[in-house]
Amino acid sequence: MELKGIGALVTGASSGLGEALSRQLARSGARVAMVARGEARLMAAVERIRAEGGEVHAIPGDLGRQEDIHRIGGAAAALVGPVSLLVNNASTLGPVPLQPLLDTECEELERALAVNLVGPFRLAKLVAGAMALRGLGVVVNVTSDASVNAYERWGAYGASKAALDQLTRIWAAELEGTGVRMLAIDPGEMDTPMHAEAMPDADRSALPSAVSQAERLLAVIRRAEHWPSGARIELTKEVLR
Amino acid sequence: MIATGVAPAAWPRPQPLEERLLHVDPARGTLRDVRVIELPELLKPGDVLVVNDAATLPASLPARVNGVGAEIRLLEDLGGGEWRAVLFGPGDWRIRTESRPPPPRVSEGELLVVAGLDARVTQVSPLSPRLVQLGFHASPDAFWNAVYRRGRPVQYAHLAEELPLWHVQTSYAGRPWAMEMPSAGRPLRWSLLLKLRRQGVLVVPLTHAAGLSSTGDAELDRALPLAEQFEIPRAAAEAIAAAKRSGGRVVAVGTTVVRALEGSFAQHGRLLASAGRTDLRIGPRFRPKVVDGLLTGIHEPGTSHFELAQAFAGADLLHRALAHAAAQGYLSHEFGDSMLLLGGKG
Repeated sequence: MELKGIGALVTGASSGLGEALSRQLARSGARVAMVARGEARLMAAVERIRAEGGEVHAIPGDLGRQEDIHRIGGAAAALVGPVSLLVNNASTLGPVPLQPLLDTECEELERALAVNLVGPFRLAKLVAGAMALRGLGVVVNVTSDASVNAYERWGAYGASKAALDQLTRIWAAELEGTGVRMLAIDPGEMDTPMHAEAMPDADRSALPSAVSQAERLLAVIRRAEHWPSGARIELTKEVLR
Repeated sequence: MIATGVAPAAWPRPQPLEERLLHVDPARGTLRDVRVIELPELLKPGDVLVVNDAATLPASLPARVNGVGAEIRLLEDLGGGEWRAVLFGPGDWRIRTESRPPPPRVSEGELLVVAGLDARVTQVSPLSPRLVQLGFHASPDAFWNAVYRRGRPVQYAHLAEELPLWHVQTSYAGRPWAMEMPSAGRPLRWSLLLKLRRQGVLVVPLTHAAGLSSTGDAELDRALPLAEQFEIPRAAAEAIAAAKRSGGRVVAVGTTVVRALEGSFAQHGRLLASAGRTDLRIGPRFRPKVVDGLLTGIHEPGTSHFELAQAFAGADLLHRALAHAAAQGYLSHEFGDSMLLLGGKG
């Protein structure tokens, strides 16, 4: 998709992959609404990108809260125009440090589903109708290899991402022919605050940076029509150039 | 308003597709009761359904005028942080708009606090002391985050409870341009829209900044709707042109769509992909140049909606339709039942 001048909405945008992707979208000429829970960190990320001349806007909000969704979507459409690209990137790990399911509180699983599954569903529902009428739109759901592999201690996160993958496929089937494309994209392991939270002992120098994964993600978005809608794309394996 | 006996719907109902639809055929002078889900049977391949994709913003904002609580309802975005707005006195939507005490008087240059933001009164309208222009001292981010945090949807006394924002959105809403919901499209669920498309009925959007329907000031109410902003994208203009060439009918979903299409036509002499403002008033003597039919709510005589409907059906037929709707238990207002004014072969 052509990125210049489009309205984009990126969640989890105050750090890691979300911030790096917002910066690259802005460099490509997109107008970007950046969403995150922590207002101070979000404002700092927005200011860093603005200093480079990008058009980005800060919308503080929590994807896990129903009443925040319409605020986020409404403010985003007011600030960047019709949203043609939604990147559901915000995620929560569930219990930290990671726990086996027997030690996971039910409320922790509910919270993981609220942020990682229901929030992305609500936001997609909010923007995909207008996208379908205009015949243009891409929704990216950021997923993980924890959605396909049964990693011990990744139960809440893995189950929520598996459900998100399936939601992506069903969205795609239902919106076939409308011009709206749905993609589940797995960026793989990378050096982000979330990775450090999940695996504090990992060797960070061995991990690809969020910036390099954001570049790959951007390349996929630019060529979104090359994949069937509903596809699950692994950035580690895809040949992008 | 003249009461017709059509009761207002006090709350959204769970199955919009099961809501009632009165098909008024102005060519035959006939009335027919169906359900919204049967709309595809009243349209044919080549017809175009034009919807208003404006989202509804929470345009009712808490304000402080001279330290006293008041309510501001946004009316029109003039750009650059300037808004046309209407002041309301003490109380809230639970009190009938016309029964609310008048708002505090404000004068040009006065500083108000609106949704927690400083706003300067830059103009008081000669039309009414409650119609003002405000200049907000805030960045776009700060303005919109405050509106969405502090604002509430505009609503009126016929409703049972305070509306959450999601109850005043259509299923295809995009940019928040509307101060009140473009409600004619509210019952159109995606299962229905996708069915219409499969059947060869084009569904295309335009955006029209629907204003307020009531201000509590009788003189100002008579001047409504004031000029409103619209944007007609290329896809809509092309679909309409194709329908005109091939004998398809153009059906407007809501009076705001009629205003945008006919207003743009009046400005350009033909229908173009265009953006602008229109203050076109449409009534019984208006001959539509673009729109062939109208899907709308059940509107009382004496409202601007009823006036506009008379451009599509005679007053006698509309009065007959309202009497029928009342007798059959149809509901009115934004969460009520619908009426399709459309002649020709379905």
